[in-house]
Amino acid sequence: MTDTLTDLPPDPILERRAEIQMRAAQTLGRRTWLSRVFLVALVAAFVLALVPLGSLIFALIQRGVSSISWPFLHTLPTQPSLVDQSAIGGIGNAIEGTVIIDFLAGLIAIPIAVLLGLYLSEASSRAANFLRAIIEIMTGLPSILLGVFAYEYVVVPMKTFSGMAGIVALSVLMVPLIAKASELSFRGVPATLREAGLALGARSSRVTRGVIIPAALPGMITGILLSLARAMGETAPLLLVIGASGNWTWSPLKQMSSLPLLTYNYSGSQYPTQRAAAWGVALTLVVMVMILSLGSRFVAARLRRERR
Amino acid sequence: MKTKETETHVAGSEVAERIRRSATSDRPYRFLLRGTALFFGAVIVLFVWSVLHTAWPALREFGFHMVTGSRWVPGTGPYGALPLLVDTLLTTLIALVIAVPVGLASALALLFLIPQRLRTTSSALVELLAAVPSVVYGLWGLWYLIPWLNKTLDPFLAGITGGAWPFNGPQEGFSVLLAGIVLSIMILPTIVAISRDVISVVPNDLIEGGLSLGATRSQVLVRVVLPSARTGILGAIALGAGRALGETIAVAMVIGSNPQLPRSLFSTGATLASTIATEFGEATGSTGSALAALALMLMIITAAVNAGARLLTKRALAHR
Repeated sequence: MTDTLTDLPPDPILERRAEIQMRAAQTLGRRTWLSRVFLVALVAAFVLALVPLGSLIFALIQRGVSSISWPFLHTLPTQPSLVDQSAIGGIGNAIEGTVIIDFLAGLIAIPIAVLLGLYLSEASSRAANFLRAIIEIMTGLPSILLGVFAYEYVVVPMKTFSGMAGIVALSVLMVPLIAKASELSFRGVPATLREAGLALGARSSRVTRGVIIPAALPGMITGILLSLARAMGETAPLLLVIGASGNWTWSPLKQMSSLPLLTYNYSGSQYPTQRAAAWGVALTLVVMVMILSLGSRFVAARLRRERR
Repeated sequence: MKTKETETHVAGSEVAERIRRSATSDRPYRFLLRGTALFFGAVIVLFVWSVLHTAWPALREFGFHMVTGSRWVPGTGPYGALPLLVDTLLTTLIALVIAVPVGLASALALLFLIPQRLRTTSSALVELLAAVPSVVYGLWGLWYLIPWLNKTLDPFLAGITGGAWPFNGPQEGFSVLLAGIVLSIMILPTIVAISRDVISVVPNDLIEGGLSLGATRSQVLVRVVLPSARTGILGAIALGAGRALGETIAVAMVIGSNPQLPRSLFSTGATLASTIATEFGEATGSTGSALAALALMLMIITAAVNAGARLLTKRALAHR
């Protein structure tokens, strides 16, 4: 018996296993060492990625705060001259323009986008799927294309640059973003809730109004505020269509001033004082954007907590 | 007894009738939803049409020369967008070369290496970066990166390569290289966020299987995690590329607005988007149309890249 066992040819699998184990043991030291180096490199890359962020925030706060004052925030800009370069005035009308443009663009975009999100979350026809794909692609298109669009359909017929053209561009920019976010939150509402509503005999418009929208509200509001934040910082489309204004402009049919555009213009100014003030404009803009985007988190968390 | 049954019956039929009526009277709701979808569909068609329509005169006049021609002088035709196309692709390539390794490493670090408590803070920081308007990145690039490039990076790169191509020529700060670096910082949040999401759906079994076979952590990350998330990672890269290709203001601020074929990475340039932004204001007649043709090219390129990106990320996340 034992003879036949030892006479058997060596098992190739066992041999292979032994070889692998030997190799693994031999290379263990090197592999462990390499692994450590690699993991440290990963963390180092992550820290490296945070360096520009740190520098950006530091610069914004340091340079921005030093050029912001109360008059800066609520007065009109003045044109500096070579004699008196410090006469740059304030950015009051740019804040006002930004708020008006963003608010009105949101006012146009939100109802359309929410209805569109409802349509996308309920319909499953080929047309709906196609529209959904197009809308997703639109969220990634460069915003300057919307500037071309608004120029063609608002600036050309009106024969003047106007805040309205900026509102049109930004509302078309916002619709896909909000529609996408609301579609997702509508889809997140449990089907049982909808079916319970329908089983009670409510028509679907009633179910939407009474069940789905309230249940999806936190997600919708987050999406809306984030889109408002995104639109507020957009410069490219406004650059093509809203013109410029040195006055308080309450009518969107006239040319308007806005913070992102002012940041852009000041940054390339011939006056060092205006170039430095660009940081103040930028900080104001970033604070306003952050209020919206941090606000979205806060509101959503608050609503979710109340729900429980 | 009998009467009650009839009453119920009557009530039942009334309910049925009301249900029937409510189903038909729900039509306005359906119309409203469909109408909105149709309306926005029409807006999208108008949007594409506005660009096509404005670009048409230039396309008809210069034809394919619009793409292959290398002379772009504002105000005078014939217009050739080749330098702009080259710079658009080149800046995006630089951005990807920097942002992809750093972004992937950050995503891996965020998921597997950073302590839990730091993780939420770091994620929030990454999202914060994504919320900063692009004009602010441009401003920061002007004030902080240009001096750094002039003093440190450009001389260093020229030094170690002996001034060989593509690190030759005058160093002005404003350059294709600078635009690429600014873009890399801007697309980093996108790449980190998306690749973090697609990597996090890699099944734990695979990771534990790898570890139990005696592979080290780095071996598991490189040979198990990254390969099984590769579709989604490609999607993340494509999304980042789409953003870089279309970024306008930040690039316009730092690239130097010089629509000529770049001689080196240090030379100034102009991308499709930055040229539209800087020249649209003064454009009249044929220049306006030529700029719209640039917009059309930009639309085609970014739409294609984004469609590909969505397809890839969707497929990756569907496997969860």
